[in-house]
Amino acid sequence: MATLNISKKEIEKHIKLTEENIEKIMMMGIPIEISEDNVTIEITPNRPDLLSLQGLLRYIKSYLGKEPGLKKYKINKPEKNYKIKIDSSVNNIRPYTVCAIIKNLKFDNEKIKEIIDIQEKLHATIGRNRKKAAIGIYPLEKITLPIRYEARSPNEIKFIPLEANEEMNALEILQRTPTGREYAHLLDFMEKYPIFLDAKGKILSMPPIINSQETGKITPSTKDVFIECSGSDFFILKKILNIIVSALIDLGGKAYAMELEYGKNKITTPDFTPEKMKISLENANKLLGLNLKEKDLEKLLPRMGYNYKNGKIEIPAWRTDILHEVDIIEDIAIAYGYDNFIPEIPKVATIGEESKETKIESKIAETLIGLGLIETSSYHLIKIDEAKKAKLKENEKIELETSKTEFKLVRPNLLIPSLRIFAENKDNEYPQKIFEIGTIFEKDNKTETGIKETKHLLIALSPGNFTEIKQTFDYLSRMLDIKYEIEQTERQGLIEGRTGKIIINNKETGFIGEVHPETLKEWNIKLPVALLEISLEEIFKCF
Amino acid sequence: MEKETEIQRIIETLSPLETKIIPFLKEDIEKIKEKSGLDEVSLLRALKFLENKGIIKIKTAKKTIIDLGTNGIYYKKNYLPERKLLLTLEEKNHISLDEAKKLSKLSDNEFKVSIGVLKDKALIELTNNKLTLKATKEEIIKKMPEESLLEILPIEKEKLKDEMLLAFENLKKRKDIIETKEKNIFDFELTDLGKEIAGKEIKLDLLEEVTPEMIKEGVKGKKFRKYDLSYPVPQINGGKRHFVNQSIEYAKKIWTDLGFKEMSGPLIDSSFWIFDALFTPQDHPAREMQDTFFIKNILAKLPEKKLVNAVKQSHEKGIEKSKGWNYEWKEKEAQKVVLRTHTTGLSARTLSKLKEENLPAKYFAIGKVFRNETVDWSHGFEFYQTEGIVIDKNATFRNLLGYLKEFYEKMGYKKIKFVPSFFPYTEPSVEIQIFHPDKKIWLELGGAGIFRPELTTPLLGKPIPVLAWGQGFDRIITEFYKIKDLREMYANDIKELRNKKIWIK
Repeated sequence: MATLNISKKEIEKHIKLTEENIEKIMMMGIPIEISEDNVTIEITPNRPDLLSLQGLLRYIKSYLGKEPGLKKYKINKPEKNYKIKIDSSVNNIRPYTVCAIIKNLKFDNEKIKEIIDIQEKLHATIGRNRKKAAIGIYPLEKITLPIRYEARSPNEIKFIPLEANEEMNALEILQRTPTGREYAHLLDFMEKYPIFLDAKGKILSMPPIINSQETGKITPSTKDVFIECSGSDFFILKKILNIIVSALIDLGGKAYAMELEYGKNKITTPDFTPEKMKISLENANKLLGLNLKEKDLEKLLPRMGYNYKNGKIEIPAWRTDILHEVDIIEDIAIAYGYDNFIPEIPKVATIGEESKETKIESKIAETLIGLGLIETSSYHLIKIDEAKKAKLKENEKIELETSKTEFKLVRPNLLIPSLRIFAENKDNEYPQKIFEIGTIFEKDNKTETGIKETKHLLIALSPGNFTEIKQTFDYLSRMLDIKYEIEQTERQGLIEGRTGKIIINNKETGFIGEVHPETLKEWNIKLPVALLEISLEEIFKCF
Repeated sequence: MEKETEIQRIIETLSPLETKIIPFLKEDIEKIKEKSGLDEVSLLRALKFLENKGIIKIKTAKKTIIDLGTNGIYYKKNYLPERKLLLTLEEKNHISLDEAKKLSKLSDNEFKVSIGVLKDKALIELTNNKLTLKATKEEIIKKMPEESLLEILPIEKEKLKDEMLLAFENLKKRKDIIETKEKNIFDFELTDLGKEIAGKEIKLDLLEEVTPEMIKEGVKGKKFRKYDLSYPVPQINGGKRHFVNQSIEYAKKIWTDLGFKEMSGPLIDSSFWIFDALFTPQDHPAREMQDTFFIKNILAKLPEKKLVNAVKQSHEKGIEKSKGWNYEWKEKEAQKVVLRTHTTGLSARTLSKLKEENLPAKYFAIGKVFRNETVDWSHGFEFYQTEGIVIDKNATFRNLLGYLKEFYEKMGYKKIKFVPSFFPYTEPSVEIQIFHPDKKIWLELGGAGIFRPELTTPLLGKPIPVLAWGQGFDRIITEFYKIKDLREMYANDIKELRNKKIWIK
C-alpha cells in the first residue's frame, strides 16, 4: 500500500469533503483519513494511476458523477527531432524506454516536489523499486534533440551526477552517491550500463540510478520537459508514462508525442488509445448475483472512468490492472456499491466436518484437562541459543534465510519451547503441569518441501518425577485404548536410567523421562521437570 | 441483653481454630502461639477469621529479616575466611602474602577481604608484603561479632544492637554472606466487642465437619457450628485449553455448522503453492525476504508437469481470456520454501485435488501463518488465519458476503461492513470491517473475494467460481480477552493462563 498525503485545501478546490462524499470515497475502496488540514489516502497496489493527486481526482470525480466516462487527453504530433533512437546494446540490460515531451509547465518548488513525489511512488510500487520501471524528467532547454538510448562500459560513462560537484565515472557514481549505493544492485553483473544521450553527446542520465546535474535537474524556471520511462516491461512502461503524462497535462502542460526507433520498428508514445474489451452482462450478473440491465451498465461503467456501449468497453490507457473481464466486473460492483449488495447464503446442502486429527487432538486435550493440566501454545520458531542449549545436531537445524527477531530456526520438537515456558514461569505458583499439541519440523528428502511436519504432543510436570509422568501417560493411553511399551534409552538432556522410548504399534513414537538437573540449571529452571513428547501419527492411525 | 445475644451468636460461629486462641487473646502474638500450640499459618488464619467477625483489628508492619546467603551457609559450617587467615597466622606469625594465601587456601577475593577485615580489627599488620600477627591469645579465641551474627540468623534487623549491627553492615557489603528480606509482621488489637470475648474459655458442644460417624449414629439434639459464609476461600486452579485454542474450537464449530469441511496441510510450503498457484507474480513484494520467512538451503519439488505448465502459462501469457502478467516465469523461484504467509495456499492445494463430480463443496481451515516481522505490542511473526472456500458453479459475490456475514455475526459482531479492496488472487475483492461497539470504530479484519480465473483454471481445469477468504483471527481473540499487547498471545504465562476466562460467545 502506498500512502498519499495531500493538503485538504488542494482537494477541496475540486471536491468538497462532506461526510457523504467521504463515505463514498471509502466505498470506492480508498481508505481516507482526514485530520485538520491534511488528508491521508491509501492506494492499493493495483491502482498506480491513483498515485498522483490528478489521477485520484479524476477517479473520484467520475465516481461521484461529476465527470463520468473516459477522460480525454490531447497528445500533439511530434515536432521536428522529437525522436529517440534505441540502440540494440541495451537489449540484455534494460531493453525498453518510452518517452514524451511536455511544454508550458509552470513549476514552483511545491510543484517540483509534487512531481518528484509521484515519480518516487511509482518507482516504489509498480516500478518495483526501479527494477521494472524508472522515470526520468529533464529540462528541455538544456538538451539538444534527438536523443539516444544506449549501453556503454562503465569507464566510458562520465558525468556530474545530480546534487554532486564533480564529474564521476559510472563506478564512482555507484559507490559515492547515496542513490548510487541504494540502487547499484540493479546493475550487478552487467558489463555495460544504460545511458541517455542528447544529440551533442551529453549524458542525460544513467537509468535507473541518477540524472546528470547539468541536463537532468528541474528548476522553477523549467517550462518544457523531456520524460522517459525505462525498464523491462514495455506494456507497463507505456502505462506508467501515461500516468505521469496525464498528471502533467492536468497540471496545465501541453503534451507532444515522440518517435521511438527500435531498429526498424517505429513506435510513437505516449499512446492514449483506449483498449477495447467485450464485456458480457450475463457473466457480470452471474458472478455478482445481480440482475443488472444494459442501461445499468451504461450508468455504472462511466462512473468508473470507462466508456461503454453495446457490450464493448473502452479502458483508460493508464489502467495497469485490467487483465480479464473479472476486473471490469469488480468495477461494476464498486460502482453499484458494495453496501447495496444483499448478502445471501445459498440453499446448497453440504456436510460439515472437522478433520480426524482435530477431533482426536480435542479428545486428548479434554482428557489431559481432566487431570488438571494447562494447555500452552508456543511459537513454531526457536532461538539460536536455545538450539545451542538443546545441543541440536546440524541435520536437526532448519534455519530461516532472514528473521527480524532472535527466533531464527523452526522447532524440531516441543521440548525446547516447553523448557522456555518453565524458565519464564519460575516465579509463578507450582505445581505447573502443562501440555501442548503442535507441529514439529524435520528435514526429509522424500517430502515435497524437503521438510517433514509431524503433530506432536508434549506433557510436562514441574515439580514432577518419572512415576508421575508415566501415570499421566498411562491414564491417557488407557482412555484412548492404546497399548504402549517403554524401553530404556538415552537422550540428550535427560537423566540416564530414567529415560525411556515410548513404543506404540511396535514403532518408536517418542520419549519419556526426567530432565537432568544440569539441563535445568542451564535453562535457569529451579524445580525438577518430568516430561514426555510423542508423535501423534501412530495414534491418528489407531482411529 | 442485646449485647449478650450478639456475643452468643458470634460464639456459635467460632471455628475450632478461633476457640483455641480466644482464651489467650489478651496476650501478645508470640505467647498466643506458644499457649495455643498453633503454627504460624493457622494462627494467622484464626486471627483473620476473628477480624472478619469484628473481634480484633489486625495491624501489619513490614520488618527486615536478615538471613544467611549461599556463601553464609558455607561459612557458618566451615569458617569465615578471616578466621582461616587468623588461624594460619597463629601458626606462623610472620609470613609473606603469597605464603599466607597458600596456607590459608583462600580465593583471591576472600584473601583480600580477610586482610582488610583483620587489619581493621588491628589483629594483624601488613608491612613490606609480609603479614604479622598482632592479636593476643584471648583475642584469637574470642568470637568475632560477624561469627556471632551468623550463628543467630535469621533475625529481625531491629533486634540488632551496637557491635552486631556493625557486623551486619560489614557482612552486607560482602558477597552472598547474608541476605535481607522484607517480611510482614502481624499484630492486632482488640475491638470493644473483642474485649468482651477475649480470655473466655469457650466450651461449645457444636458439631464441626460432617463425619461418617455422624451419618451412622445421627446428630439428633446437636447443633452444627455456623460457618461464616462470606469469608473468602483460597483459590484453586483447574486444567484448561489455551485461550487461543478455545476460540479456534468455537470458530471451527461455526464453520462445520455452516456445512464446511476442515482442510489441513503443511505450515512450511513451496512458493509454488503459496504464491504461484495463487497468481501472485514472482516480483511481487510479498515474495521478498524482508516480509516472508524463507527456509535456508532447501528447494521444493514442484507438482506434476501439467499443473506447473498451466500455472506458468497463466502467469506469462494468460489463460482463459486473460492477458497474464507478461513476464518470464521461473521454476526456481517457485521452488523456494517458505513458512506460509497465509492459509490460502491450503485452498489452492485443496482445489487441485477436487473432482468436478464432488461439487458444490465447501472447505475451511484455521491455522497459523507467518510474517518476517519484529515483535512488539502491536506486531508478531505468527498469527492465526481463518480460511474458507466455496466451490460452486452458481456461487456469487452475494453468497460470499452472505457466508462472511453469518460467520462474523456468530462470532458476536452484529455490525459488519464490506469495502472494496485488492488482492492479487481475487476479483472482485472485498475487505471485511466490523464495528467495535465500545471503541466506536471500524476494525479491518482481512480480505475475501472470488478467485481469479487465472488461478482456478490451472487448478480446477476450468474457471469455476470459487468464493474465498482468509482473515486474521488473532484480532478477534485480543478483542474478546481485552489483550492490548500481542506478545501476551503466545507468552504462556501460566498465571495468566490460569486466570483467563473461558471463551463463551
